[in-house]
Amino acid sequence: MKAFAYVNATSERDAVAALKFDGIALPLAGGQDLLARMKDYIDTPERVVNVKNALDRTAAPTSGGGWRIGASMKIVDLLEHADIGKMYPAIIAAATDIGTPQIRHQGTVGGNLNQRPRCWYFRNEEFVCYKKGGSRCFAVNGENQYHAIFGNDGPSHIVHPSSLAVPFVAYGATFRVIGSKGEREVAAAEYFTMPDDELLTHVMLPAPGNVKTGHYEVRYKASHDWPLAFTTVVLAMNGGIVQSGRVVLGAVAPVPWRSKPAEDALAGKPLNEATAAAAAEAAVSEAKPMSGNAYKVPIARTAVKRAILNAAGIKTV
Amino acid sequence: MIEFVLNGRGRRVRVPPMKRLLDVLREDCSLPGTKEGCGEGECGACSVLLDGRTVCSCLVPVVQVRGARVVTVEGLDRGGRPSALQRAFIDLGAAQCGICTPGMLVTAAELLRHARGRVPSEEEVREALAGNLCRCTGYQKIVDAVRAAARGASRDGAAGTSGARAPGRSRAGTARAKRSRTARTKRSRRRG
Ligand SMILES: Cc1cc2nc3c(=O)[nH]c(=O)nc-3n(C[C@H](O)[C@H](O)[C@H](O)COP(=O)(O)OP(=O)(O)OC[C@H]3O[C@@H](n4cnc5c(N)ncnc54)[C@H](O)[C@@H]3O)c2cc1C
Ligand code: SF4
Ligand code: FES
Ligand code: FES
Repeated sequence: MKAFAYVNATSERDAVAALKFDGIALPLAGGQDLLARMKDYIDTPERVVNVKNALDRTAAPTSGGGWRIGASMKIVDLLEHADIGKMYPAIIAAATDIGTPQIRHQGTVGGNLNQRPRCWYFRNEEFVCYKKGGSRCFAVNGENQYHAIFGNDGPSHIVHPSSLAVPFVAYGATFRVIGSKGEREVAAAEYFTMPDDELLTHVMLPAPGNVKTGHYEVRYKASHDWPLAFTTVVLAMNGGIVQSGRVVLGAVAPVPWRSKPAEDALAGKPLNEATAAAAAEAAVSEAKPMSGNAYKVPIARTAVKRAILNAAGIKTV
Repeated sequence: MIEFVLNGRGRRVRVPPMKRLLDVLREDCSLPGTKEGCGEGECGACSVLLDGRTVCSCLVPVVQVRGARVVTVEGLDRGGRPSALQRAFIDLGAAQCGICTPGMLVTAAELLRHARGRVPSEEEVREALAGNLCRCTGYQKIVDAVRAAARGASRDGAAGTSGARAPGRSRAGTARAKRSRTARTKRSRRRG
């Protein structure tokens, strides 16, 4: 590990001030991702700013009937939160499946959302790809079986690693961020393409209203593993008819992937098997797999279909 | 200087802030019981309790345990003698090469403490140990040992782990344990 300066921030303002620095400064939360990257020389910050004690670690109801979740909240505390579980079941479903109990005990919401790609080229010191300031993506002509099947226009072809990001986008969350220009709120869906010079402090969840939600993940192994594809759907209902909905796929694109074709296929339709199948087909109609990952297309289709069936209360395997 | 409570005793170490908790325990605290398997969060061999919950000590920067309570496998015995849980591992052949054993014991101790004298189901034990890999035993003997220790503990009316040196339980902790149980059971059902 390269030498660096360490700052223990105790307030949001402290943290922002410490991160405003000429060289490379990175925030530290649970540390599970940052430590792994620093030890492998993937990142060599000149300053590490501990934000764990500076940021909110609790969840609180908002005046609008929603919830705000502090970035320092542990994943385990989120998944055991009874009220959030009742109002936003897909968040709990996603949190419950992250890694292992150990990872969920130490990982924070802020760290999970801001973790860096798991692409094996990214994680190998020898490969200086786009994401590390280089000029190419090694996955294009290389090993890409776990890479993106949507949003493959480049330059990078990673799949976004955060499980929590997907239900947050599906519930229409906004993220509160602070930086040297002050604080603001951005739509969760936009956050993942923004420059990362601001600190995430809270996830703001609107009141869900009259919705049905479903979540479905596909993995090789029940534990330790990363999903191959997963989907959260949040459907605004009018009786048995879907009025409108958000269909968001994870582990298939460089960002949480909102599927417009699937959402269009759901609008105005009764919530049943035929609708689910049609929406799933629509979702994968825009897939552009790489040389080694076409197998993920039917998996993504299944994840969309089963998430919708899950929302409909129809049992899947 | 980083201060924390290690196996019930105050401890101070002067180490770099991003040093892995695993290395601090083994090198600076002379407690080599905690093992390194993968160093990547993928095996659980390095599991220790941090404020009563298992974490992978290979992924925790030591600075994040400042002021916290850490329990390693060395903290599970009962006054120098094996706990009921450790005894059950020995008696039932739940350890072969032994690399995973400290992590298994620490994780199982957390489960037994949350179970508070109740014997967890086989499914619950497997769910709780989902972050600990074993290349030797095939898991069955480990699951059997954990449940045998729980049965022993429910007979004696005591937890299978060290009372004095294990982290204390608060009322909030109890409520959390209950919720945690519900979360686990729910998860098993979904997977089932
Ligand atoms: C075996 C294994 C399996 C896993 N499986 C999954 C999985 O299925 N799904 C999943 O989602 N994750 C998975 N993970 C990843 C894990 O969830 C993350 O590593 C963890 O959540 C990171 O949280 P942390 O608090 O430890 O982050 P840290 O390592 O402290 O931070 C992560 C990154 O975010 C930055 N950061 C931290 N806080 C903020 C903030 N407030 N604002 C801006 N930037 C910030 C840091 O600078 C750092 O770059 C897995 C990890 C392992 C080892
Ligand atoms: S997908 Fe390509 S650009 Fe993105 S991290 Fe991997 S090698 Fe780098
Ligand atoms: S050594 Fe820490 S999880 Fe394998
Ligand atoms: S006993 Fe060898 S890895 Fe478990």
